[in-house]
This record gives sequence, C-alpha cells and structure tokens, in this order.
Amino acid sequence: MKILVLISKVPDTTAKISFTENNTKFNTEGVQFILNPYDEWYALVRGIELKEANGGSVTVLNVGRADNDPIIRKALAIGADDAVRIDTDDLDALNVAKQIAAYAKDQNYDIILCGKETIDYNGSQVGGMVAQLLGLPYVSLATKLDLNGDTATLERDIQGGSEVIEVKLPFVASAAKGMAEARIPNMRGIMAARTKPLNVVQPVDAANATEVVEYSLPPSKQGCKFIDPDNVEELVELLHTEAKVI
Amino acid sequence: MAEDRFQAPDYYNVDELLTDEHKLIRDTVRAWVKKEVSPIIEDYAQRAEFPKQIIPGLAEVGAFGPYIPEEYGGPGLDQISYGLIMQELERCDSGVRSTASVQSSLVMYPIWKFGSEEQKKKYLPKLASGEMIGCFGLTEPDHGSNPAGMVTNFKDMGDHYLLNGAKMWITNSPIADIAVVWAKNEEGRIHGLIVERGMEGFTTPEIHGKWSLRASVTGELVFDNVKVPKENLLPGKSGLGAPLSCLDSARFGIAWGAIGAAMDCYDSALRYSKERIQFDVPIASFQLTQKKLAEMITEITKAQLLTWRLGVLRNEGKATSAQISMAKRNNVEMALKIAREARQIHGGMGITGEYPIMRHMMNLESVITYEGTHDIHLLITGYDITGIPAFRNDGKQFK
Ligand SMILES: Cc1cc2nc3c(=O)[nH]c(=O)nc-3n(C[C@H](O)[C@H](O)[C@H](O)COP(=O)(O)OP(=O)(O)OC[C@H]3O[C@@H](n4cnc5c(N)ncnc54)[C@H](O)[C@@H]3O)c2cc1C
Repeated sequence: MKILVLISKVPDTTAKISFTENNTKFNTEGVQFILNPYDEWYALVRGIELKEANGGSVTVLNVGRADNDPIIRKALAIGADDAVRIDTDDLDALNVAKQIAAYAKDQNYDIILCGKETIDYNGSQVGGMVAQLLGLPYVSLATKLDLNGDTATLERDIQGGSEVIEVKLPFVASAAKGMAEARIPNMRGIMAARTKPLNVVQPVDAANATEVVEYSLPPSKQGCKFIDPDNVEELVELLHTEAKVI
Repeated sequence: MAEDRFQAPDYYNVDELLTDEHKLIRDTVRAWVKKEVSPIIEDYAQRAEFPKQIIPGLAEVGAFGPYIPEEYGGPGLDQISYGLIMQELERCDSGVRSTASVQSSLVMYPIWKFGSEEQKKKYLPKLASGEMIGCFGLTEPDHGSNPAGMVTNFKDMGDHYLLNGAKMWITNSPIADIAVVWAKNEEGRIHGLIVERGMEGFTTPEIHGKWSLRASVTGELVFDNVKVPKENLLPGKSGLGAPLSCLDSARFGIAWGAIGAAMDCYDSALRYSKERIQFDVPIASFQLTQKKLAEMITEITKAQLLTWRLGVLRNEGKATSAQISMAKRNNVEMALKIAREARQIHGGMGITGEYPIMRHMMNLESVITYEGTHDIHLLITGYDITGIPAFRNDGKQFK
C-alpha cells in the first residue's frame, strides 16, 4: 500500500495578519508557521493508521522552498516514512496541483490524501485538481475512510445527514474533521525524523492560472449600539440603512 | 481549571536562536502538556496527589534524561533541548517539572557520569522509559544548605556496605524504585550509593501538608542498617563535588523551567487584563496594569536571553557552576515576582484554581528554596567574584 499525503505550511492561527506590496503579498515578518491542521490531524494520521494496519508506506509531499522543511520534519516525526519537497514557490492551486501530478504520475500511489482545505486561503482546490490531472476519482471532505481490499469506503457530511461512498483504489480524497484523532509526535519519532529521507525534487514548468489582485482585512469589530426598547422604528431604520440586513 | 489557552510570548524573537529540532521538541512537549496534563493538574494539586498516569507520557516526550545517549535508552539531545522540555513542563506545573528534573539530573545524570557500565545498563534504560522512578537523597533534617555536614554514613562490612541515617525533603521518594543516596564512608568521604526499594531497613515515609508542589510527592528516606551490595556504589566520583555536579544539571533545568512558570502567569494576566472590564474599560487600559505587564515581559525576555546563552555555554561544556547559580537565582525570583503581580491582576479570581497563578506562586516558593536557596546562590556568586567564601562565619574553611 503506497500512500501519498499532501501537506502545506500555514500561518499559526494566532499570527497577526498584514500585507505588503500594495496589499498583494502576505507579510510573513514575525509570523510563526505550522503544518496545516487538516493535513496533519486528519489526512496524515489516517494515512499512517492505514499503513500500520495494512503495511506499506506513507510519503508526504510539499510544494515549497527549504523554509518549509520544519513542517516536513514534523510530519516525519509523526510517522510518515519519507518526504518529497518540490522546490518551487507555490503560485496558485493549479500550479501546485500540476507540480504534484507531475511527480505522482509514475509513482503508483494507491491513495492520495490531503486536508479538506488550508486554514489560510481556504481554497479547497488542490485535491480535486490533482485527481483530475491524474485521471483519478476524487472524494472531497471525507470524515471517515476505511479499506477493504482494493475498495475504500468513505463517509461525507451532507446537508442533514451523511453520505457513504465506495471507490476503487487508486483515488484522491480530502480529509475533514473526524477522519482521525490528532497525534502528538514522541521523542522516538523526532529522533527517527532526523534520518528519514527528504527528497528535494526539481519543479516542472507549470504556469499559474490566477493572480492575486488584492488582499484586505475584514472590517474591525464595531462596538455595540444600544437602542431603547421603545424605539423600534430606529432599530428598523438602522437595520435597513446601516447594517443593511433588511 | 479553565481551558489552557497558553500562547508563549517571544518578544525578542528568541526562537530564531533555536534550531528547527529545538522548536519541534518544545512544541511537542507543549502540545502534550496541553492535552494530557493541563486538564488534570489543578485537581491533582488540590488533592495533593501526584498524577502517576502521566509517567509513560513524560517518558515518551523525552522528559526523562533527554541528554542521556541512545546506547543507554535516552534520546541523546543537547542541553538546550533539555532546558526547553523543562520550560514546557514547568509552564504547566513546577511539581511535574520537579519529577522530571529529579529523574533526569539527579538520578540518571549521576549514574551516567559516575556509574559503572553495569549500573548504566541496569538502570538507565528503565529510568528513561519511566519503568523505574528514582529519587536523590542529599538533604538531611539537620543539613540543608550545608550538605557537607551530613551524618548519613556507611560501613564496609566486607561483602556489603551497611547504611544508616536519614534524608529529608526528597522529591519522588514515596514512589521511587531506587534512590541515589549520598553518604559518608568511615573516612568521612562522600560517596553515592544506589539503594533499591525492598532492601531491608529502607523506608520512605511521605511528607504531608505541603502548601507548595502539591502535585509532586515529597518524602523522607530512612536507612536503618540497610545492607547495600558493593556493586551499588557509584565508582566514578566521590566528595561533595559529585552531588554538586548533579545539582548543576538540575539547576540549569530549573533556570529554564522558571521561565515557563513566568510565561504562564504573564500570558494569563495579559489575557485577563484585556477581558476584565472595570470602570467601563478593560483593566489593561490602566497605566498601573500596563506597568506590571510591561515589566513582566521585560524580565521574561532578559531571563530567556540569559538562559539561552547559558545553554550554549553548557552545550560547549563551558558553563561554570557559578554561572548556573546566577541563572537559577535570577529566573526563579523573576518568576515568583511575576506570579505575585499576575495574581494581583487577576483580582479575586487569582486566588482560585480557575487560573494557574496561585498554584505557580506557591510552587515557586519551593523552587526558590530547593536546589540551593536564593541566598546561597547569591553567596556562590559573591564567592566567585571576590574569591572569599562567605558561607560560614566561624572561620572554618568551606567544604
Ligand atoms: C519541595 C521540596 C523538595 C525537595 N527535594 C529535594 C530532593 O529531592 N533531594 C534533596 O536532597 N533535597 C531536596 N529538597 C531540600 C532542599 O534542597 C533544601 O530544603 C534546601 O537546600 C534548603 O535547606 P533547608 O531547608 O535545610 O534550609 P536551611 O539550610 O536551614 O536554610 C534556612 C534559611 O537559612 C538561610 N541560610 C542557610 N545558610 C546560610 C548562609 N550560610 N548564609 C546565609 N543564609 C543562609 C537559607 O538561605 C534559608 O533562607 C527539597 C526541598 C523542598 C522544599
């Protein structure tokens, strides 16, 4: 069983967000980065669990520069067997997906997993694009993944209930909350990660399809406005003209 | 206790002085503590009980003998890693850190440094895995700051040693499987002996009624004609310098640990001061509150830099005992002062177990006394810079 887990690096949830270059670049100054929680807690851990149950190997793959190595080492410490880093800046989802597909196409992975989204851009695109580029089925936002021979059973949350899907290997899936329980690495894992292979691969030519024009921060929280309970008219007026909700 | 919302301050980007592996180790211990220890620590401290169930987890995250080489079951990490692990444990509770400090620096360290090959093979892997818990007996009822005056002693009986005496204030003693005990031979020279639970005449009564380090067990070691096999003597080093070098290692860890406790108090006070409204505004908007918080982060930052430098020196094998004393003394006092100020910021809430402040504050009252009292460390610095020992005033020579 060959499992590939796609991992990415995201700003820590407590990071202060700001932009540079006319609001077109994210300002990384002083920002702590972490392994994207959906990749780490669900995709990676489920991948490791499947390997532990069925044998085989878990490879983690990241598209990015050497400053991403700490999050790759963490994935190795948690239990991935080896890692691949495609040495290029990630330009947009399509560019990243093309890099991944170009690498993965000759590797015969049985399962390719990623998190349901990254917690920074929340794009939720790469998994589906990789599946398309490799001609594989894609199951998004899976909360459960079980294997039975060459068939996988996945569960997804849908409006008012859940959906159970069967798919033949190989396939791509994105992992949502519920698929596994986060694992904290232990010291043995951290030590083992020192010597696990991290292969740096050269990128292919892959243009991006989109360009960021501008970022902006959400409006800062406004204080509460108190309206006298007798003054319903003013409330309606403000909901209409200021809050613009009615 | 309320949810552990700790966010570590790093005002001077000290993280940039650490390696990626240091940060991975620190973050791992932090995550483990948040998940496994923070939710239960207040309850155990209130009940004055050590949470034994965390022992395997402590071993897994490398808290037992982080610098012990792999051939003896340790992870073979550097000193800064050891410090960071202690920082994260004490961020939660000084008692938990004490358990790990004693196991690492006071039990594994002397066996590793002064033990025979057989002793290292026999004890170190089990201590690293937490299968065995150890304790360290130096202090006696009548000899605390002056351990050289100890009366615990052993006689050579030909095929074994006969150990008599008593040790006091011993962390982990009631739960320990082995004790590294410092005692005088017939010539009055101090040696280390490994005493195992179950040896006849060896008992470990618990000390009750502590207002401090309540989540750590403390007890006595009583030796009533205990027959200790000769192979249990640590052959590598004798004299007071042997236990003192263990204390160097433990004090180094405490210097880091105290930063953890201080960070937790500061972090909680900062958050509370922004959420607590009085006179219609968050209390963080008052100058007096800001003064407290600003001084806290200044002191934490200074302590971080002092300790990081000490870590580098210790990695290079160059840190002196006096340098370690300075860091232990400075950082523990810093943490205790911050705990007291943080408690004030929390107002009445600060005295409850809803917040960790009062527990840290009471714990630190032990930390400022054990491993050399605050004043003794001052005298060590004084001796170091003047060359004149001021530990005694009866004219007798020190040691
Ligand atoms: C919770 C806890 C856990 C401990 N764990 C251990 C352990 O695991 N193993 C172990 O061996 N010990 C342990 N200790 C003992 C600890 O190291 C001693 O308490 C400490 O060394 C002080 O000794 P003492 O209590 O006898 O105080 P004393 O030495 O009697 O000191 C009392 C006061 O006198 C001052 N003083 C003493 N001499 C001088 C001097 N020359 N000049 C100026 N002032 C002086 C001290 O600074 C202090 O303020 C522990 C203590 C506590 C509280």
